[in-house]
Amino acid sequence: MERKTTINAEAGKQELVITREFDLPLELLFKAHVEPEIVEQWMGTKVLKLESKKHGGWQFETKDAAGNVVFRANGVIHEFSPNRKITRTFEMENAPFGVQLEVLEFEKLTDDTSKLKIHTIYESVAQRDQLLKLPFAQGINFAHNRLQDIVSRIK
Amino acid sequence: MADPTRRAILVLVASQSMTAGAIAANFDTARPTVSKHLHILTECELLKQEQNGREIHYHFNAKKMKEVADFIEPFRKLWDERFNKLETIMKKYKPKK
Repeated sequence: MERKTTINAEAGKQELVITREFDLPLELLFKAHVEPEIVEQWMGTKVLKLESKKHGGWQFETKDAAGNVVFRANGVIHEFSPNRKITRTFEMENAPFGVQLEVLEFEKLTDDTSKLKIHTIYESVAQRDQLLKLPFAQGINFAHNRLQDIVSRIK
Repeated sequence: MADPTRRAILVLVASQSMTAGAIAANFDTARPTVSKHLHILTECELLKQEQNGREIHYHFNAKKMKEVADFIEPFRKLWDERFNKLETIMKKYKPKK
């Protein structure tokens, strides 16, 4: 079944909403956000710390082949309700993009399908737009980055 | 562009223009390697050079990025691919449960 990720980012607002339906039971979708070794696989980054609990902290890091750190981000978890909701902050280290507040809501659709809604709030409209224009800034840790596509379209 | 150092350079200069030396100081990579990356980024116009007295400053060319009509699409695709991966991984996980 083809399931697509949608992004709703209204002009002039400092927030955006990512929505996606999964061909997975709710429990497995949630587990993929909790188990460090699973997060590492689909996010394509090393998980230095992931304390899935209220007041817990997290930190991700990616190095290039030469061992230079090219991406590091961290945040704290404000709410952790299993199979329901995670509220956390996100901040890229050594980058001018400020802190984001992320609210992840997990919803059961059927026994075998589920839905995830990520509501992200940025410090300002400008910051949100800058980050959207720099998808590689968020996806810097992502091997199959799409910037290549953009660059080839520009050329 | 798949190169992580080049992406890191763009993130660096997105906040402020910098000289090649200041950019290189952020990496353990050899200076000529950083210069090569700067050359490539300048060639595809993602970086712009500006003479500032005796120094050359590198700017992030946001205008070039704006020309991409739908700038949300790469961001959406990034998440779509991550989530596709998540789904694939967790489907394999299922039998173990």
